[in-house]
Amino acid sequence: MSDPTAGGPATSPDSAATSATPALPDGLVVVVKNDCETCQTVVPVLAQLVSSPGLTVYSQDDPGFPADMTVIDDTSLAVSWHHDIETVPTLLRVEDGAEVERTVGWSRDQWESFTGVEGLGPDLPAMRPGCGSLSVDPDLVDALRARFGGSALSSRRIDVASAEDEMEMMFRRGWTDGLPVVPPTEERVLAMLEGTSRQPSDIVATVPPDLVEVTVEKVAIAAVMAGCQPEYLPWVLTAVEAACTEEFNMHGLLATTMPVGPVVVCSGPGTRAIGMNSGGNALGQGNRANLTIGRALQLVVRNVGGGRPGEVDRAAHGSPAKISFCFAEADDTSPYGRLATEHGIDDGVDALTVFAGEAPHCMVDQLSRTPESLVRSFALKLQAINHPKLIMMFDAIVVMGPEHADVFARAGWGRDQIIAAISEHLNRPGSELVRGADGIDEGVPEAFASAESLPKFRPGGLMLTYAGGGAGLFSQIIGGWVNGAIGSKPTTLAVTY
Amino acid sequence: MTTLLDPTSERALVARERLARPSTLDGLTVGLLDISKPRGDIFLDRIEERLVGIGASVKRYKKPTFAKPAPVDLRHQIATECQVVIEALAD
Repeated sequence: MSDPTAGGPATSPDSAATSATPALPDGLVVVVKNDCETCQTVVPVLAQLVSSPGLTVYSQDDPGFPADMTVIDDTSLAVSWHHDIETVPTLLRVEDGAEVERTVGWSRDQWESFTGVEGLGPDLPAMRPGCGSLSVDPDLVDALRARFGGSALSSRRIDVASAEDEMEMMFRRGWTDGLPVVPPTEERVLAMLEGTSRQPSDIVATVPPDLVEVTVEKVAIAAVMAGCQPEYLPWVLTAVEAACTEEFNMHGLLATTMPVGPVVVCSGPGTRAIGMNSGGNALGQGNRANLTIGRALQLVVRNVGGGRPGEVDRAAHGSPAKISFCFAEADDTSPYGRLATEHGIDDGVDALTVFAGEAPHCMVDQLSRTPESLVRSFALKLQAINHPKLIMMFDAIVVMGPEHADVFARAGWGRDQIIAAISEHLNRPGSELVRGADGIDEGVPEAFASAESLPKFRPGGLMLTYAGGGAGLFSQIIGGWVNGAIGSKPTTLAVTY
Repeated sequence: MTTLLDPTSERALVARERLARPSTLDGLTVGLLDISKPRGDIFLDRIEERLVGIGASVKRYKKPTFAKPAPVDLRHQIATECQVVIEALAD
């Protein structure tokens, strides 16, 4: 059998030659393959029909099958692909070049009524289901789509010499974040695009710093490189859209000397459908969806937007979280809902929030069993975000672990009450925060020195999420970057499929 | 042979040559751009004092926030009003 994936067209598409649908001859047409017992069973029937009333036979895997009759070679699967053959044998009737009817598998009754010939295959069983067509074989379908699909992809094709290591070539071209990426072949990108209903040419966003309009196709390429599955693509597209809004200010995140990147917080039933992790190690390694969605976003910024360390990215230290920082909330078991709802998304709708954040800090409190004690611990920890004496400039996300959340749930505390109580304990008099106080030059300007009480966070600046493993009286704190209109605003969008 | 799809923007970036550095500031206008970082103004006040002292003409500008690029209108204004620009980045 010839290999339909071999050869030129799949890698150098000549769409004029390969995307046109091959015409079928008028009359009866059958598509078969040798590697199918049903096809072998019906050979005597085919022989009957060839002699009268006439039958054109296409073979998917062996031009010598069936023996002793004229067979048209469809080992390229061009005819099978273009005519949507899903089962062999498929019997078709063609009139004036157009299919008018088809039947699949073997059924004497159906074949007799279809052909108008009585007494077909008298020694055969009355019916037998067909076999899968090679043109829908999962191992072949991506290559066939690339070859025959009339590629709508417009990205430049770059040939890699057979003696060249494609992984090294991608490093050399600066396409990676320092880790290997999956080579974005046309087959893989087309398969990735199956994950969305959007057209490859649709514009998703304008990506800073180069302010380039990014298409669904380019995002799909990044998703392939990051290691995504097609079903993750809608999340990547939405993350790119959210990160590239004016209010999120991705340009500022890149250019800043602070160690922040876009943190992606996902929620909704779709997170479970694609296997995201909201439980143990939700912020860590080991889950493909969590890691590759965040990474794909960063690869778009790098490769399409041109945001690279040492160039527009001026981070003094950076952070491992800038490779990928994406996780799911356990909103199905959360005692206090999810962040997206706080940001106006309806229940049950898949959504994500992008947040300008740094790597997480652990909040340990293994002794508090009352909410009153636990909020004080959270306040102490949160006061230190970026600097204990700097206030209102930075937001934060609390990723509360189930055991901490349980302390509040048992006491009947909801989201608003938790945030309000933590915030109350974060209020400090200006005299403690002013520049010079405690012998520390850093702090708020002198003008605030006489203020009786200053909050750590602006309204809405302290955000609550729920994720983590069931054991461990810990939570995680994700500190933010300059907030609001002068910096970055956390941006929540419903996922576009 | 493998064929890959280009993941980049495929844009040929326009490289614009900088103006030659002037040998003298005589008759030139120097723009001082404050990016709104704390204490950038202190640095620029001193620079202005020095420049005026040697007879240069100085104009002051300020970005709304250090966290975003200068608005295009501000960039255009500086380009049309000045021949030299100094940007204060410091905290």
